[in-house]
Amino acid sequence: MNYIVSIGLEVHVQLQTRSKMFCSCDTGYGAPPNTHVCPVCLGYPGAMPVMNKEAIRMTVLAGMMIDSEISTYSKFDRKSYFYPDMPKNYQITQYDKPFCVGGEVEIMVDDQPKIIGVTRIHLEEDVGKNMHFRGSSGVDFNRAGIPLMEIVSEPDMSSPQEAYDYLTALRQIVTYTGISECNQEEGNMRCDVNCSIRPEGQEELGTKTELKNLNSFKAAFHALEYEIARQKDVLGAGGEIVQETRRWDPDTCETYSMRVKEKDHDYRYFPEPDLMPVVLDTDLVAKWRSGLPELPDMRKKRIVTEYGLPEYDAGVLVSEKALVDYFEGAAKLSSNPKAISNWVMTEVLRYLAEKEIAITALKVTPEALSALVALVDDKTINMTTAKDIFATMCDKGGAPADIVKDQGLAQVSDDGAIAAFVKQAMDENPKSVADYKSGNKAAVQFLVGQVMRMSKGKANPQMVVGLLTDLMKD
Amino acid sequence: MGIEVSSLTVHGALDALSGGECSSEELVRGVIAEIAKRDADVGAYVSVDEDGALEQARLADAARSAGKGGRLLGVPIAIKDVLNVEGQPCSCGSKILEGYTSPYDATAIAKLRAEGAVFLGRVNMDEFAMGSTTQNSAHKVTRNPWNLDCVPGGSSGGSAAAVAAGEAIASLGTDTGGSVRQPASFCGCVGLKPSYGRISRYGLVAFASSLDQIGPITKNVRDAALLCEVMSGVDVMDSSSLDEPIPSLATDLPTDLSGVRLGLPKEYFVDGMDDDVRRGVMAAVEQCRELGAEIKEVSLPHTKYAVSTYYIIATAEASANLARFDGVRYGQRAEGATDPIDMYGKSRAQGFGAEVKRRIILGTYVLSSGYYDAYYLSAQKVRTLIRQDFEKAFADCDALLAPVTPGPAYRIGESMDDPLRMYLDDICTVTANLAGICGLSVPCGMTDSGLPVGLQILGPAFKEENILRVGHAYECARGPFGSAQGNAFGSASVVAKGL
Repeated sequence: MNYIVSIGLEVHVQLQTRSKMFCSCDTGYGAPPNTHVCPVCLGYPGAMPVMNKEAIRMTVLAGMMIDSEISTYSKFDRKSYFYPDMPKNYQITQYDKPFCVGGEVEIMVDDQPKIIGVTRIHLEEDVGKNMHFRGSSGVDFNRAGIPLMEIVSEPDMSSPQEAYDYLTALRQIVTYTGISECNQEEGNMRCDVNCSIRPEGQEELGTKTELKNLNSFKAAFHALEYEIARQKDVLGAGGEIVQETRRWDPDTCETYSMRVKEKDHDYRYFPEPDLMPVVLDTDLVAKWRSGLPELPDMRKKRIVTEYGLPEYDAGVLVSEKALVDYFEGAAKLSSNPKAISNWVMTEVLRYLAEKEIAITALKVTPEALSALVALVDDKTINMTTAKDIFATMCDKGGAPADIVKDQGLAQVSDDGAIAAFVKQAMDENPKSVADYKSGNKAAVQFLVGQVMRMSKGKANPQMVVGLLTDLMKD
Repeated sequence: MGIEVSSLTVHGALDALSGGECSSEELVRGVIAEIAKRDADVGAYVSVDEDGALEQARLADAARSAGKGGRLLGVPIAIKDVLNVEGQPCSCGSKILEGYTSPYDATAIAKLRAEGAVFLGRVNMDEFAMGSTTQNSAHKVTRNPWNLDCVPGGSSGGSAAAVAAGEAIASLGTDTGGSVRQPASFCGCVGLKPSYGRISRYGLVAFASSLDQIGPITKNVRDAALLCEVMSGVDVMDSSSLDEPIPSLATDLPTDLSGVRLGLPKEYFVDGMDDDVRRGVMAAVEQCRELGAEIKEVSLPHTKYAVSTYYIIATAEASANLARFDGVRYGQRAEGATDPIDMYGKSRAQGFGAEVKRRIILGTYVLSSGYYDAYYLSAQKVRTLIRQDFEKAFADCDALLAPVTPGPAYRIGESMDDPLRMYLDDICTVTANLAGICGLSVPCGMTDSGLPVGLQILGPAFKEENILRVGHAYECARGPFGSAQGNAFGSASVVAKGL
């Protein structure tokens, strides 16, 4: 039997505001537990929420990026349930009047574009984090109240790969708008997955299960692969899928049942009486729209024409906003954008991958990279030296010109000095000279190598080759 | 100190302080002496911060000698136990907040503090402001100073009893459905419920967020006006506070009512209303007419739905507002729980009293899926109709005159087993909260059995000056109202006058 898979995602993105959604506490990650807290985000008696307007702007921007309809009238609601990580035992969220309604995200399936529908984007507050110790538990409320944008998709994805690609596309959009870093380790971007299968030919969706604890895109992918296979096994054996929440265990690579949903939990939503409805006037929405960042596709086209890069280069660079920002930062200062692109695509990406760091953490500034390329171009240093300097800058930062000066790395372009090294190399390696003269032109490479070794890599390689071929002509 | 503290008003205290008749420290000691004399009988106070208040008083005296001002410099005020005052307990009349100390000042408290007010102590209330007798307090019984067998009203019963007993110069209460006006009426005090959004609710422990408002309970209208003026204003910490201009409420109050149009809403003079109450209110209406007011009958046709509307909205909001009391972060945590949910259940079962539980369950019910439209949504629609009733009435009237309650103070224990009857008595007060308008309670007479009767003056939202003007003019014409102390504390003569 063939089955059709339907996958819908609820993606939570922490917005990169400086203060929390309803109070002025810091949103920074990694502080000691319960240091970024106040009466409001701890749910103390008498404390009241006040909206963070920047979070609303960011949510609306995300909606604009995916062609959502921006609601002129929105409101916040209370969602009631008891859990220790919930300071008020209700979460302030949006029930029936979210900021953004509808929307589309495009992914590529077999080289064909496919539209994944977005139902809505709403804004809510994050909860605290329960921590379990031997014999006791605690709650860290630093995270409680951080603005959280929830993007709810239609069940339009039909494979784990599509879900993965949708998440990647969303991350690109979100990072492009600068509203979140989508750092999965810090929990900036988290998702819940709904998954069901149905026999081919059946119209109605099958019973769905909800998967939790998906801390990365890869986890979502693997959990879905497992879950689809499990559901097929159940149906294949004549069983029925139970509507339930299942937890992904990354160690065993299995999902297991957390709780069976006998009926929908009654969250008793009602309008948050402490906050007034939000009416976004058209002028403000238009102003925000004019501040929309360039979309990846548009930017790719511009990069190709503005910097004369191949399509391929531009495609790699725009895959991440921070990367293409870095490239442009360097390319704007350089007369050789293609060389900048080569550096970014090879040395920079290799280093980032090796160290598993973000480009924002790279110590080589765009200015430094552009200066490094200029030093190669004006033959002050050769490529080998340039790579050494790059490595030094990765470690310690600094400007390439200073490193060249401090370490005496300037390329030797002095005829006399190079001639002396060339003569010495020819004297010490008569066989190579003879080989060259007898027609083995490749032998010159060995001699160039000897010269570079003697000059500690500083000799200008073009000059060395020129001099050697001249001297070995007769 | 040659000053009689028990009858002292805020304005009287300010005059005495600026005239050098007494210091703030003497004033505070005087009030503490009154508390010592009478509070064993009255039971208004939950706690008295003697050291803290004396310290604040000394600072106020130092500020005054240094030539510094402050509209309330050195005046002690009693605070309902539902408002956060930094460093003081805030139990909301409940066991569940035992051991909780406020880490911050409510905005209204901060504004009073900035003007030099002294926070003397915390006064009793119905648990989480739910009730109209103060019998729902987990702490103690508070008695009506006019008759110790009667309740002081509620939920701000301690606030009214303290002022009436001369144990406070003035106090703060909160009014969600009449909780300032009704106890003020029962205790022969002035009680002001400002318009919704006039005074920041930040730091007021919420009962029903869309109805709650802080209000003063005082010995005269000018005092209420002054306290309201000091606490008013938009607050960045409260999104429901409004940026409306604050008129000079305490000064320039005329003593005549010429040109003032006053309406009598016929629905507020209900069947079964106490004869003495009707007589007192109608006498006050006549007094207003004599002062030059034009009196006309008006109709607020949706009044009959007000009590049910109120109890749906108030309990719905309360069910969520009170969810935070779970024993996790502060307050009482039950021992011996097996898991978090069990811990919540036990802590809340032990911590909340019967009336609070009743209202949480009611509120949970009306918000449940399948019932939301029938109850909560319908109630919101009726609320709009009630607001429109007032808008229409205020198109022709500057203020409305009505009773505060259909009858005087209940006897202690009476009606405790009949919550519905108690709810129905809120008919004259809940409408102001539903509509967001302002209301004032001014003593206007005594029943034959010696209990005070209150006149309610209702005004359009953010027109506190209308009701304060009417209240002040009436109060001046009425003359001194007398004091409870002569009545309940030994002296034979009832001092009430002006009837």
